Amino acid sequence: MKFNISLYLVLIGLIMLSCNEKTPTSLPKLGFKKVIDDKEVNHVVKDWAFVNTDSIIVTNKDLSDVVYVSDFFFRSCPTICPKVAREMKRVYTEFEDNPQVKFVSFTLDPKRDTPQKLKEYAANLQVNTDKWWFLHGDKDETYDLTTEYLQIGFEDDEAPGGFNHSGKLILTDKAGHLRSFSEGTDPDETPKMIRDIQILLKEYEGKK
Amino acid sequence: MEDGNGLAKLIPPLTNSDYLKNNQNKIACILRNGQTGKVTVNNVMYDQEMPGKKYTEVQITNIINYINHAWGNDYGVISLEETTIALRNCN
Repeated sequence: MKFNISLYLVLIGLIMLSCNEKTPTSLPKLGFKKVIDDKEVNHVVKDWAFVNTDSIIVTNKDLSDVVYVSDFFFRSCPTICPKVAREMKRVYTEFEDNPQVKFVSFTLDPKRDTPQKLKEYAANLQVNTDKWWFLHGDKDETYDLTTEYLQIGFEDDEAPGGFNHSGKLILTDKAGHLRSFSEGTDPDETPKMIRDIQILLKEYEGKK
Repeated sequence: MEDGNGLAKLIPPLTNSDYLKNNQNKIACILRNGQTGKVTVNNVMYDQEMPGKKYTEVQITNIINYINHAWGNDYGVISLEETTIALRNCN
């Protein structure tokens, strides 16, 4: 009898262990790896410099003490952008009081989306432009940058609004590694991005 | 947007919207032709461009009937004929 009881206890213990939902404790580093000096190196976003809503030049180095969510958009975009903006704002609101999280939106239409217009847009979206940057730069440089962030963005006469681009939200860490993404047009994916930001922040906490 | 509340000061709400309630006769034209310029909805001013789309009359009728009854709205059912007439009289 004793033998049977302890066997059952062991079985129950094993079942309970395997039933625990495994939440990931670390995020992968996304993107293609390069080989530098015979070592495999993870993809890191290349250096960039753009103009913000106060017409001041900012760079990716200014983001090296925060994690940030970025997207590519343009103000007159009729289809996906309002949805992506809404989801990005949801994430923004979730981390509004956390100075370690910022947001960066790059415009694909610098001709019409001037820093002044972007400033108005941010005011209408009712967000703080120190926390959520709206950046303006050379069109070709911006299109190149979309590939750095594993996104798509290019001019296309046949696309609604004139630009063909993806609506992903991409999470970048303090070292410029891409760590997560979510589909900005799908409200059901936003909780995943929020969770991934929390995981990433915990990673940094653990290193203190 | 699924909840009818719009997006901050960029997109006005459709739920409890005095504009939607008081401008039923304009909605078909706005859907087809878009709209620019200042509009005030529930005492908040919006000044953005709404793009129009080449919806068919059937689609427009269905859209209006949907938004007229979603999110607690109750603004009446319109017919395909009413839509056709409205679209003939857009400015």
